Amino acid sequence: MAMLEIENLTVEFKTGSGLFRAVDGVSLTIDAGEVLAIVGESGSGKSVSMLAVMGLLPWTAKVTADRMAFEGHDLLNMSANDRRRIIGKDIAMIFQEPMTSLNPCFTVGYQITEALKTHLDLDKAARRRRAVELLDFVGIPAPEQRLSSFPHQLSGGMNQRVMIAMAIACSPKLLIADEPTTALDVTIQAQILELLVKLQKDTGMGLVLITHSMGVVAETAERVSVQYAGQKVEEQPVKGLFADPHHPYTAALLSALPERAKARRLPSIPGVVPGLFDRPKGCLFAPRCSYATELCHSTAPRRIDGTLCHYPLVKGVPQGHPGKEKAA
Amino acid sequence: MPSDAALKTPTAPPGPFTAFWRAFRENRGAVIGLTIISIIFFVAIFANVLAPHDPLEQYRGFTRLPPIGMEGSDPRFLLGTDALGRDLLSRLMYGARVSLFIGLSVMVVSMAVGIALGLTSAFFGGIVDVIIIRIMDLIMAIPSLVLAILIVAIIGPNLTNTIIAVTIVGLPRYVRLVRASALTELTKDYVTAAKVSGVRKFRLMTVTVLPNCLAPLIVQAALGMSDAILEAAGLGFLGLGAQPPTPEWGAMLADSRDLMLQAPWVMAAPGLAILTTVLSINLMGDGLRDALDPRLRRS
Amino acid sequence: MFRFLLKRLLLTLPTFFALMFVTFIMIRLVPGDPIEVRRGERGISPERLAELRHEMGLDQPIWKQFFDYVWGILHGDFGTSIISKTPILHEFFTLFPATLELSICAMIFAVGLGVPAGVIAASRRGGIYDQGLMFTALAGYSMPIFWWGLILILVMSNTLGLTPVSGRVDLIKYYYEPVTGFMLIDSLLSGQKGAFWDAVHHLILPTIVLGTVPLAVIARMTRSSMLEVLEEDYVRTARAKGLSSSRVIGVHALRNALIPVVTVFGLQVGGLMAGAVLTETIFSWPGVGKWLVESISRRDYPALQGGILLISTIVILINLCIDLLYGLINPRIRHAK
Repeated sequence: MAMLEIENLTVEFKTGSGLFRAVDGVSLTIDAGEVLAIVGESGSGKSVSMLAVMGLLPWTAKVTADRMAFEGHDLLNMSANDRRRIIGKDIAMIFQEPMTSLNPCFTVGYQITEALKTHLDLDKAARRRRAVELLDFVGIPAPEQRLSSFPHQLSGGMNQRVMIAMAIACSPKLLIADEPTTALDVTIQAQILELLVKLQKDTGMGLVLITHSMGVVAETAERVSVQYAGQKVEEQPVKGLFADPHHPYTAALLSALPERAKARRLPSIPGVVPGLFDRPKGCLFAPRCSYATELCHSTAPRRIDGTLCHYPLVKGVPQGHPGKEKAA
Repeated sequence: MPSDAALKTPTAPPGPFTAFWRAFRENRGAVIGLTIISIIFFVAIFANVLAPHDPLEQYRGFTRLPPIGMEGSDPRFLLGTDALGRDLLSRLMYGARVSLFIGLSVMVVSMAVGIALGLTSAFFGGIVDVIIIRIMDLIMAIPSLVLAILIVAIIGPNLTNTIIAVTIVGLPRYVRLVRASALTELTKDYVTAAKVSGVRKFRLMTVTVLPNCLAPLIVQAALGMSDAILEAAGLGFLGLGAQPPTPEWGAMLADSRDLMLQAPWVMAAPGLAILTTVLSINLMGDGLRDALDPRLRRS
Repeated sequence: MFRFLLKRLLLTLPTFFALMFVTFIMIRLVPGDPIEVRRGERGISPERLAELRHEMGLDQPIWKQFFDYVWGILHGDFGTSIISKTPILHEFFTLFPATLELSICAMIFAVGLGVPAGVIAASRRGGIYDQGLMFTALAGYSMPIFWWGLILILVMSNTLGLTPVSGRVDLIKYYYEPVTGFMLIDSLLSGQKGAFWDAVHHLILPTIVLGTVPLAVIARMTRSSMLEVLEEDYVRTARAKGLSSSRVIGVHALRNALIPVVTVFGLQVGGLMAGAVLTETIFSWPGVGKWLVESISRRDYPALQGGILLISTIVILINLCIDLLYGLINPRIRHAK
């Protein structure tokens, strides 16, 4: 049995102009100790699905799923009290903006020991020791002094380390990292990623890494799930994904990587992710896909071997495609 | 596969006024407020047609009559009469004219002066800014009613001077608001872009920056109007507003104090009139604020 | 911290001087000086009038009068009341405790009820409690408080007989020497049975009347501030840590939400003094508000001048304290500069 099981998750937001479907029938499983990367552009719903698991969505969100369970416990219908015993302890999450994700009114030490106090049975001295241990573990120099610092006194990279320390405080079985490096400088990005990978190897916890960067995926993931406009379009082990992407979107993302550039001009994917008002009929990626046909524009694709496409690619060739001339 | 048939896909984003009206309409209180204040405005404008009697006429034989429904009432005087036999309903209607006129005048003048001073302060900075801010601090340091009383004591108690006094007292809020808004906008890139393309100062102030400061200003104007009506009523209560026999709600309340026990309706009516007017403006102002502030809307 | 305090104090000095200047000028502008009023009195000859003028220093050139005035203030002499013939500073501080006691009670009432109400409304956003509360608060500051006071007196005192109509204490039943000027404290000190409850009894209605507007404003401000804070990233982090809802709201959110509320609190203090004028008039509460209004009608200009100056200075000082408090609870301001 997988540690985290999500089947057919759909999240809709009530807006002034109707329901917006941010996550559309996504299914995922994560086993203990696995590293899964969820990749997609902004607006693909990758964060929202994980927020739904954590129960952190606002009141305007409607969450439905066939199944959403952690270690066999049903997360969907769980009472708030039961959920609070799991969140922060067995499943933890870190967010994109470290500078605003920590409470400016309390010290770093206070916020870490608070996490410890909520879930573990340690006395005050033990909590303090563990906090120092954690800060040291995530690579913060002079951890004893840092306990009494306020978040605004630390840099972005340091704040993110503090967030990570706080998240792993109770030795979670699964850590969800939502674009943890996007708001940081490039040099710091590498350090934070290294830290996350090291932590995962040392503790054996599961790691879900949400990102829009294929470079990050290549460095850290074992399996990759690609999302577009709220739908999961492909899922493969990382090597296979890079060598032989099955969905045109994945292929387009990969060819946009500077490392793979063959000409002087980097290929980019024309168009933008559909929002509330311009949801296409048929395949959601069709307006931007270079292989799109009449069928793609009119009918929603079915899942063929895990890939959501009418003509999934095998070694760069769309299977069953009527031919380039007929492409829209 | 999730069925899209259930999803009612909207086709285009709503235009700005439609979006605003939709958001405003959602707030039931705001709509009720708008309705009530419109009715009050209507009554005030057409008071001379709608009022059953002349508000100044004293019916000597009919003093202190209770309103309809109570013992001893007279159907000619629906809300009863005061100590001098004047019809309460008519006085209330004409009183609406006074209060609404004060409220509107104060709002218009405050906006004009507030925008002028606030923009000047933000754009010219330096000593001009310091002087304007210090004057505003000074006005705010003296308790509002005290300052208003002082101003009226100097220039004399009448309707126009009430407007002047209440405007001065409320000015700092407008100036600070415009100044803060303008200062924030000044840091934004579009202003730098305009400056670089040679837009002159005055045009920069009025055409480029001002429209972006309008949202909180409109809300403040609505709420400022209700504050002005209350403040003016306070002055009227102390005998420093429009002088008798002009029917002014605050003054009517002051007159009613002696009759409090024998004829409580003479006291209840003007107070309720003020309350209803101010409350409906505030409800509307709240709705305006919620509709104009994108963060508070659902999405 | 001390430097912060000193800097702010220095910044208020120009305001203080400007205040002196403005009150001086404005009083001089009021038509009809105190001597003129006595022109028609029997037995007053023009020479006597000129004598009185000289006594009051009104025949001096304006700039000299101002200079004397400022000099006096710096020495603690705010002038002498024409009506009571006592030094204004003394008269003010005899009456001030009454206003202060009422104001403090009103503020405790406003904050004690307002903050929890706002927090609960924010956490049950859109529900019946939220809507009902916000409407009540709106009604609260849409009312003319002099009318609210009269209605309360009519209902509670006259009809139901629950509370006294005016004054601070029932002088027929109890009399004790004022020690602090605060009835609540003095009545306890006097040891007379029932005196304390009598003082409390007299405070109830005026407190409610004076405190209604601050209560409404604070409740609404707390609610909107909480709603904003609840959208912040760090609240999401707190929830992600598995903290209980009451802890997320009461500890993490509230601390941050209260910051703008403190600012509003400061603004309300100035408004309290204005409200005190009307409240004291209605309840015959012997405080500085009532005294100021009476000074106007009695043309007691020195009293008016001194009174306005003193009240405004106190408001400025209180705002200074609020600024300090703000620096204390917002660590970002504390560490800046």
